[in-house]
Amino acid sequence: MAETKTVQWGKMSVIGLISLAVWVVIYRQLEPFSFYLTYVILGIHKGSHLGQALQFFFYDTPKVMMLLTLIVFVVGMIRSFFTQDRTRKYLAGKRETAGNVMAAMLGIVTPFCSCSAVPLFLGFVQAGVPLGVTFSFLIAAPMVNEIALVLLYGLLGWKVAAIYLGTGLVIAMVAGWVIGRLKLERWIEDWVQELRAGEAVVIEENLSLSDRIDRGKEAVRDIVGKVWIYVIAGIGVGAAIHGFVPQDFMASIMGKQAWWSVPAAVVVGIPMYSNAAGIVPVVEALLGKGAALGTVLAFMMSVIALSFPEMIILRKVLKPQLIAVFIIVVGSGIVFTGYLFNVII
Amino acid sequence: MEIKVCGPGCASCDKAQKTVEAAIAAKGVKADIIKVKDFQEIAKLGIFSTPAVVIDGQVKCTGRVPKQSEVETWIG
Repeated sequence: MAETKTVQWGKMSVIGLISLAVWVVIYRQLEPFSFYLTYVILGIHKGSHLGQALQFFFYDTPKVMMLLTLIVFVVGMIRSFFTQDRTRKYLAGKRETAGNVMAAMLGIVTPFCSCSAVPLFLGFVQAGVPLGVTFSFLIAAPMVNEIALVLLYGLLGWKVAAIYLGTGLVIAMVAGWVIGRLKLERWIEDWVQELRAGEAVVIEENLSLSDRIDRGKEAVRDIVGKVWIYVIAGIGVGAAIHGFVPQDFMASIMGKQAWWSVPAAVVVGIPMYSNAAGIVPVVEALLGKGAALGTVLAFMMSVIALSFPEMIILRKVLKPQLIAVFIIVVGSGIVFTGYLFNVII
Repeated sequence: MEIKVCGPGCASCDKAQKTVEAAIAAKGVKADIIKVKDFQEIAKLGIFSTPAVVIDGQVKCTGRVPKQSEVETWIG
């Protein structure tokens, strides 16, 4: 048994490495190919607006799609190791502070959708996970999103992606910690406190490596199949801006000078609800027109982390006061982050 | 046979239900599918991650959409 497992790992690693090498070779040819396609095959005049826009589109679309496929596959595989049941068990023994840090990080790798937020919340309460730690998880899970991360990296570079990842985690840790310190357990709905739930059923899956690879492939089919249209539309808009729109178009409204733009961006973002794939191209468009990075980042985080549908779902387990505190604490964190980056960048 | 599909009714819960239906049709077994949408109800079953599939009182999977082949082995 152990031997077949080793053989399986060996075989899979070789296949994996070869696939990765092929991926890298193709990826590196994308930029020269986009120039060749635009200026040689299509014969567009070099230096023209149309040429710039087309070349940008022909380069960015396959680039982002390839990055997306790779990352979604890897994250899908990683997620097969982290079930919600396992995360809950792990966090149950954690105290605040260390628990907040762990919860925020587990929020990234644990599979989660906003409609599973309520059962997850009940499970955490049942298992005795502190309220603030639970919130760190609930904030990080939607906010730090692998699709957003890939798109930011592909379209805006690794620095912006790293800032997004870092600040998203810090906001989740700090906001959860603050909510924990406020001792708001009384604002959990009464039926939750009284809930005499059955013993938590935990199904330990015994997954082989090829099962995990299947999970990765499933994630690619599922996610890439759903978001590719947003990606292409977004890059199309980005390409048009790249080729045609004058710089600094947005500077007066969302630039650094407009101090009020950060809180305004957060407030506008709360009722808006979009998936990460839809919002990042907008982010790119705003930045391309001269909006300040902090303001745009605040807008994006507000859209994906604070959403009405999730609030409505959480209302089933939280009293309105606690939801209000949640919005205020997270919103303040996002506003602070926005100002911070407008100041330092 | 009684099959419960637990979940509030989001995209993955619907997918779980469709998978179960397909498995029943493929296997040609007789089974009642009950949708459990109420969170309190779901928690009482000891389920804290959705979607989940319960067959004749036994929890078969939680927190993910099962594959049709898996469901077929459960209803065997």
